[in-house]
Amino acid sequence: MLRKLQVHLRDTFSVPARIMKTMSVPEGSYERSRNQYNSTRILREILKETPPDAIKILGIVDRDLCIPILTFVFGEAQLGGVASIVALARLRQEFYGLSPDDGILFERLCKEALHELGHNFGLIHCNDRECIMYLSNTVRDVDRKGTTYCGSCDSVLYLKTDPWRVQPWNRR
Amino acid sequence: MEPKVNILIVDDEEIVRESLASWLGEDGYEVAAAENGARALERLPERDWNLAMVDLKMPGMDGIQLMDEIRKTRPETIVIIMTAYATVDTAVQAMKKGAYDYIVKPFNPEDLSMTIRKIIEHQKLVKENLYLRKELKKQYRLHDMVSKNHKMIEIFDLVKTVAKSNSIVLVQGESGTGKELLSRAIHMESPRKDEPFVSVSCAALTENLLESELFGYEKGAFTGADQARSGKMELAKDGTLFLDEIGDISLKLQMDLLRVIEQREFRRVGGTQLIPITSRIIAATNRDLKKAIEEGKFREDLYYRLNVISIHIPPLRERKEDIPLLVEHFLDRFNIEMGKNVDGVAESAMRLLMEHDWPGNARELRNVIERAMVVTKGRMILDADLSLPRPSGVPGAPDSRGKSLAEMEKEHIRQVLQENRWNIIRSAHILGIDRVTLYNKIRKYELKKEPVLNT
Repeated sequence: MLRKLQVHLRDTFSVPARIMKTMSVPEGSYERSRNQYNSTRILREILKETPPDAIKILGIVDRDLCIPILTFVFGEAQLGGVASIVALARLRQEFYGLSPDDGILFERLCKEALHELGHNFGLIHCNDRECIMYLSNTVRDVDRKGTTYCGSCDSVLYLKTDPWRVQPWNRR
Repeated sequence: MEPKVNILIVDDEEIVRESLASWLGEDGYEVAAAENGARALERLPERDWNLAMVDLKMPGMDGIQLMDEIRKTRPETIVIIMTAYATVDTAVQAMKKGAYDYIVKPFNPEDLSMTIRKIIEHQKLVKENLYLRKELKKQYRLHDMVSKNHKMIEIFDLVKTVAKSNSIVLVQGESGTGKELLSRAIHMESPRKDEPFVSVSCAALTENLLESELFGYEKGAFTGADQARSGKMELAKDGTLFLDEIGDISLKLQMDLLRVIEQREFRRVGGTQLIPITSRIIAATNRDLKKAIEEGKFREDLYYRLNVISIHIPPLRERKEDIPLLVEHFLDRFNIEMGKNVDGVAESAMRLLMEHDWPGNARELRNVIERAMVVTKGRMILDADLSLPRPSGVPGAPDSRGKSLAEMEKEHIRQVLQENRWNIIRSAHILGIDRVTLYNKIRKYELKKEPVLNT
């Protein structure tokens, strides 16, 4: 699944993407009282692992994440920064008592990955319900979103990725 | 560009401040944080805060105390109380004291963003409402007068300024334009508003009667003067004396009046004692005084004495935009007076009102509306209820020259529908046709239900 994500991200941003060695979930990030992991702590650890040639780093964690003030988060990103993180736990159908579905999981993962990376590139939440940058607080919101950025977000993103953009891979 | 939304976060925990700030920042809100009540109050004057998220339990000033302080200086800032402890007591207390909402940490992200969105929306609506109301007020109301005409609104502003002084005001305008109403407004806006407003109609009385009416008389001053009587000037005391139709007084009285105004004292008819004038004088006339001076009918020196502050009220035909406003105003009044429930005026009737010239100005309009309200059978005023002279000279008869049969039919059907508030069954009955035929005709002539100008 990570490989598929790599291709998807590369194609979306026209910037090469690389899968890194697996990182173990930082010990100190588990919050027993909430049975969740502190997203901000993990994010900080991820940031430390940023390779020198990377402009952004995205962590995928198969746990349920939270931040102190919210009951849960799907992910977190440094607005205009380098690191971001997406949590799989609540994107899985199992979480809601349904049977596992890799297809749905992957789609949700893509959307949230693009959402958090969007934040890294400086995008804020969008009012367009179909745009990737729409704030999804529930998995229903995630599903309702489209798989692409809306026109205005996309044009901002295009500008922001300009310094690193490479030619499209598939030349037919 | 949407105006920026400013949110102030007040919480003693750094992690709360930071994570809330970054979470809200992702939504495009401008966020600032303060670690306690004192710091928060320091930051209060910095911007127009839309929202303050305040922690309940903080060292020093607690959330509710802070909220009270915020509401003193920034009442438009909405306050949400946050807390890790939910107790019914504190929740109720917070809400009673004016918190918009009360949320428990950790927040459900959907609830939180929904709440904030609602708040922003609410504030937008309030602002819009205020703006619209201000705009409506440009349909200005000054006591009993309404207008949206810019000249009138300037006059209303002038009234407020003028009211504060003691200078004589000369109000000029055609008959029925509201000179007395305006003068009353000046009185009501002045510090004299609790004192008497005494009105004298100078045109109504003969010279002698007017003299005694104004100055009063002593016992035996003339035949019939069995006892002393105070004149209007005395009765006005510290209030306002309104001299209506001053252009109509005799030259002799003009001279007396001039002296009285200059010396600010007078004597009763047949009296010797000098009585001071403590009232403020407002004079009104529908005459062209300049012309009267030329014709030798009005004293120039009196004119200059009176014309310290001059207000010209434009006639109604020069401000036709006021007609619907006045109509609504009168409808409201008469509904109350007559205990009726007339909703408004049909569009075609309003058109007639707008076309009329109104030589009698607002007073004439008022009379027309009053009559219409007495006469109307339904809940709206129709053409037939208005007793306006028709351009064709025949009152009440629709203009039927040069119209084809189809046009006549269309007009007739439209009229009947209008009069019956588009009740199809009733209209069809009156027209002597069946419903289906009527529907067909409506479609054929593309008739539409006309909006009624509602109060």
